[in-house]
Amino acid sequence: MKTTKKELSPVQQLLEKKYNGGFLNRSERIIPIVLFFMAAVSVLTTLGIVLTLIFETIIFFGEVSIVEFFTAAEWYPFSETEAVYGIWPLVLGTLKITLIASAFAVPIGLAVALYLSEYASRRTRKVMKPILEVLAGVPTIVYGFFALTFVTPVLRDLFPSIELFNAISPGIVVGIMIIPTIVSLSEDALSSVPEPVRHGALAMGATKWETASKVIFPAALSGILASIVLGVSRAIGETMIVSIAAGSTPSAALELTSSLQTMTSYIVQVTTGDAGFGTTIYYSIYAVGFTLFIFTLSMNVLAQFISKRFREEY
Amino acid sequence: MEKIERIKSEEMIGRIDSRLVKNKVVKSIFFAATVFTSIILIVLLVRILTQGAPYLSWDFLQNFASRRPEQAGIKAAVIGTVWMMSVVIPTAAILGVGTAIYLEEYAKKNAITRWIQMNISNLAGVPSVVFGLLGLTIFVRLFGFGNSVLAAGFTMALLVLPVVIVASQEAIRAVPSELKEASYGLGATKWQTIFRVVLPYAIPGIATGSILAFSRAIGETAPLIVIGIPTFVAFLPSDVFDSFTALPMQIYNWTSRPQIEFHNLAAAGIIILLGVLIVMNSVAVWIRNRYQSR
Repeated sequence: MKTTKKELSPVQQLLEKKYNGGFLNRSERIIPIVLFFMAAVSVLTTLGIVLTLIFETIIFFGEVSIVEFFTAAEWYPFSETEAVYGIWPLVLGTLKITLIASAFAVPIGLAVALYLSEYASRRTRKVMKPILEVLAGVPTIVYGFFALTFVTPVLRDLFPSIELFNAISPGIVVGIMIIPTIVSLSEDALSSVPEPVRHGALAMGATKWETASKVIFPAALSGILASIVLGVSRAIGETMIVSIAAGSTPSAALELTSSLQTMTSYIVQVTTGDAGFGTTIYYSIYAVGFTLFIFTLSMNVLAQFISKRFREEY
Repeated sequence: MEKIERIKSEEMIGRIDSRLVKNKVVKSIFFAATVFTSIILIVLLVRILTQGAPYLSWDFLQNFASRRPEQAGIKAAVIGTVWMMSVVIPTAAILGVGTAIYLEEYAKKNAITRWIQMNISNLAGVPSVVFGLLGLTIFVRLFGFGNSVLAAGFTMALLVLPVVIVASQEAIRAVPSELKEASYGLGATKWQTIFRVVLPYAIPGIATGSILAFSRAIGETAPLIVIGIPTFVAFLPSDVFDSFTALPMQIYNWTSRPQIEFHNLAAAGIIILLGVLIVMNSVAVWIRNRYQSR
């Protein structure tokens, strides 16, 4: 008699399954372990970043006093004899860029978000969403090019006192770069306020602006603040725009029209040059990177805290 | 008495008018901001197109970098970017999807899982230049890869990994539980269900999010600078341990030269870069629209 697979009795089928079960069981047990190790990679990445920064920074502080790092008002590492490592000018440079970027991006970003969520027709929204997505997807090297070859010349035509490398042009362009972040997260927060709340205010006779400013905006405030903080965090960590358009002169002066250096652009300057491995300058990029990491990490944690702590539940 | 009433209602009408005017003014300010944002994008694109388009030619694509702008080309950078992405895409896709499956299907909802999840979202906020420092220390120095395709590819893979993970998690979460239950009901094991039911259903979502992440890796410059990728390269890599250059590095190099001819070359390079990104994004949007309707 010819037995094909189809004609196996149920019992035989079960037996066959048990026979195959050895292999099945093993892979069922091994696969979660393999996947766990994959998940561990991202934890190891964080660990790698933190440990790298800490260890190399410790070596740096073996050569340069930590007091000097925090108190000296000068960042002058390329001197053979009298190198000074005071982080303040680099932090100030970063703050200048971040301040200009926020001053530019926050009002525009919030206006666009309010327009899209409260006023715009479905069609306008359909046109604007891809535009914002494209703006968000433009690589920062392209924004840097735009800052140096377009925004700076335009600004210098308007205000001749502005130098070729300055804080204003890269500041504005960093602002352009973070507008999509602020718009999309704020708009999410605004449109997640339920429709009945909006209808209630309108039915009381409030105009759209009164509804938006006195009801919807306060209700969405946590999300909006979080979006701004995340935008600021991106501005602090932005590298290419400032490297290209802000210059490379660490400056402790409180003006915006001349060349400056940020924490990020210092790292770029050192790594494009030929500071050899093992020199004090080489280790200094880790100390600067660590400072930068602390800044952006605390911003991100703050954003998470705001959106959790002050969320309005509906 | 009647007179007072009339005044009151006239006042109210006056107030209503001013409130409505205010509403209109605010609305037009917001509208102006929206138009302004679109104009920025248009100006940026038009600027780059008019500046770079005359420099686009077959020679530009075929030539290596040169000190003379009229002979300079982008061949090494384009091929180098392809080499780098051939490391980034498999590394980030396998690690990202694996992590997402683990977190969504296997991990218990405990403190460790929450910690891994928080860790991933914080990793997404780390500046790319810091990832460069990680790559420089671990891949370039510790593992001894030097400024090779492999070192750059791994660094970029880690940089985009959080985005791939989150996109994959969302896609996996969107798989209807009925499908999984039906699969278990037919006697499939957990892994069989994941591999033959959950993943096929989630792949369009995973692909859309991952393509967007990979397009970020193509345009990212800072980590490449930090790990020491050279810009003046007159050869093509022959394996992943070779030195190479990438599109954004070449653009950066041309941008930082003072001569206007090199700026025009940079614009031409940017057109190529944006072209690649537009193609990738269109593919992502196409996949999203193709599979969203089911």
